[in-house]
Amino acid sequence: MTRLSRPRRLAAVAVIALCAVTTAACSSSSDDPAGGGGGTYLVWDPYPQFADDSDWVALLKKCGTSAGVTVERTGYDTTDLTNKALLAAQQGNSPDVLVVDNPVISTLAEAGALTTTEENKLDVSSMEANLLGAGQSEGKTYGVPIGANTLALYYNKDLLDGAGVDPGSIKDWTSLTAALTKVKAAGKKGITFSAIGTEEGSFQFLPWFWGSGAQLTSLDSAQAVSALTLWTDWLKQGHAPNSVINNTQTTSWQEFATGEYAFAENGTWQLGNAEKLGFGYGTIAIPASTGGPAPAPTGGEFVSIPVQSDAGRYATTQQLVTCLTSADNLLTTDATLSYVAPVAAVQERQVAADPKLKVWVEAVKVARGRTGDNLGTKYPKISEPLWTAVQAALSGTKTPQEALAAAQAAASNG
Amino acid sequence: MTPPTRTRRWPAWAFLAPVTGYLVAFYAYPLYRNVELSLREYTVRSFVQGGAPFAGLDNYRTVLSDPTFWPTLAHTLVFTGGSLAFQFTFGMALALFFHQHFPLSRTLRALILVPWLLPLIVSASTWSWLLNSDSGLVNAALGVVGIEPVHWLTSPGWSLASVTIANIWIGIPFNLVVLYSGLQAIPAEVYEASALDGATGWQRFWSITLPLLRPVSAITLLLGLIYTLKVFDIIWIMTKGGPTGSSATLAIWSYRLSFGNLLPEFGPGAAIGNLLIVMALVAGLLYIRLERRQHLR
Repeated sequence: MTRLSRPRRLAAVAVIALCAVTTAACSSSSDDPAGGGGGTYLVWDPYPQFADDSDWVALLKKCGTSAGVTVERTGYDTTDLTNKALLAAQQGNSPDVLVVDNPVISTLAEAGALTTTEENKLDVSSMEANLLGAGQSEGKTYGVPIGANTLALYYNKDLLDGAGVDPGSIKDWTSLTAALTKVKAAGKKGITFSAIGTEEGSFQFLPWFWGSGAQLTSLDSAQAVSALTLWTDWLKQGHAPNSVINNTQTTSWQEFATGEYAFAENGTWQLGNAEKLGFGYGTIAIPASTGGPAPAPTGGEFVSIPVQSDAGRYATTQQLVTCLTSADNLLTTDATLSYVAPVAAVQERQVAADPKLKVWVEAVKVARGRTGDNLGTKYPKISEPLWTAVQAALSGTKTPQEALAAAQAAASNG
Repeated sequence: MTPPTRTRRWPAWAFLAPVTGYLVAFYAYPLYRNVELSLREYTVRSFVQGGAPFAGLDNYRTVLSDPTFWPTLAHTLVFTGGSLAFQFTFGMALALFFHQHFPLSRTLRALILVPWLLPLIVSASTWSWLLNSDSGLVNAALGVVGIEPVHWLTSPGWSLASVTIANIWIGIPFNLVVLYSGLQAIPAEVYEASALDGATGWQRFWSITLPLLRPVSAITLLLGLIYTLKVFDIIWIMTKGGPTGSSATLAIWSYRLSFGNLLPEFGPGAAIGNLLIVMALVAGLLYIRLERRQHLR
């Protein structure tokens, strides 16, 4: 072999260095599946808390094996996942299976990044209609719910006993506020929730908003004003701490965990932590203004099948997703995630195994999808003005009336 | 045989190629993409499927005519100006203090660097606990001396001040380190001479330290400006720019538009990003101009 001259050698080094910098240019894309069977199927989910030895990943592998493929799974932070999914769709390298927070489905569907159930042949007939709603737009269904969570009121049993409040007596807003007054008289704090200026804030306000009879299409209705007035008055009267304006659902839970608060509005996902509280707890449905349970928004993820350039992959992906959402597997997955199953039959099995879930199953039954009612991608344009209005009223910048009028104006402009 | 000039030029190009490749791939191209994003009307659909129509300066017009633009710009200026002024003043005072070389000065100086070493998420979360309306240490301390609790993070009147205070605290070590090293470069003879002439401490500071530190001060302020304009994490962790946008800066607004909503608006988000780059660029050019004038003198 002839020795390269010095300049030549340097040039070669430079080319290698350039290649290293612009990897995409020098590498060839090589994730071609081996025909119909076999190959690697990518799954993205928003559960970074689950390591490779978790039940969730074991289930993914098992479903892969029964479909005759290898599953490669990546867990992303949930806020990160939306951007990752959009970018992947833009670059044409979407995963085969995307597990994603339900309100994101309408955004990704709008982007044309997801297949419909007509295309991917997923069977969604057993799913509860109110849960499936979040994944539907203009008569098409873009995914299948893997589990649902929603909001309810956790209460501190010991504290309520001390204050002489019977949680069973709380049926509507009047009786709830009366309970808060009693708690305050007993020298304790009333209720904590999250009214932060993000989607979380809207998520937490919606049970009260919907519970008043208000609709997302009319943010400044008298009912909507009554819901925001309820929250604002709680702050004014000291039933709720001022910190709720900046509380995430996690910090709100931490406040409740101090044992100083009688009630906390929080989600199904806290059930695991609730067992670790240093006091007795219970849950009641969030009451509607005139009684009965208020419709809370549904949380939880959908399993979707992103668009692939190779349509031949859908058949195997469909097997994978069907396996993930089969009754037995839903039971396991939803137990790990502390979610309520999206199928009535599985819900019954959940309650039979753990009667404490009854409140949650009932709350999920009356819950509503945020992007449902054909709002779809209009929802984000409504939600942002709504959480801004909540913040404006709670911080005293505007009256509930003014704040919601401004929100409605912003929502109709957007 | 190749002429000697060509042989000499080859290695030169070869050495240039990696850095050029790096700059193009990681600086020029993203910058170009950001400008392009801001000049097109992107929806989520056209972001993925392509074919976003060219919109000229529409995104900039949208941003500039948005009712939140002027308040947000004002917040950015107050946040940046306030941060720079206090960081620099405290940094300078501490630099002068530690320049005295008293016992323990090394240990204390190292301690002051701690805010710099902490991950931002840690310091911002700590500040947000300290300033919590109901269970924060600051309000508890105020309560001891009989002052009513202040809603640091949850009232529109205080939120901007609170995030600025946190940012000042984080920025002091940087100012201290740079100014301290600048102080060490001032020859001791100048001070000795002035002492012989009977200059007081204040006179020494105004007539020697400050003028001789000017180049170092200018670069400290410029770097501080560029750093502060783009501050995002502290504000996002402490207040999310709220309540009702009262602590939102341009950087926060840009993030909110592009990523903070279920339905991203990349066009206006990129437009704000570019406005921030222009602001930093103007400051940089101003700096170069001042530098040059000083050299001519």
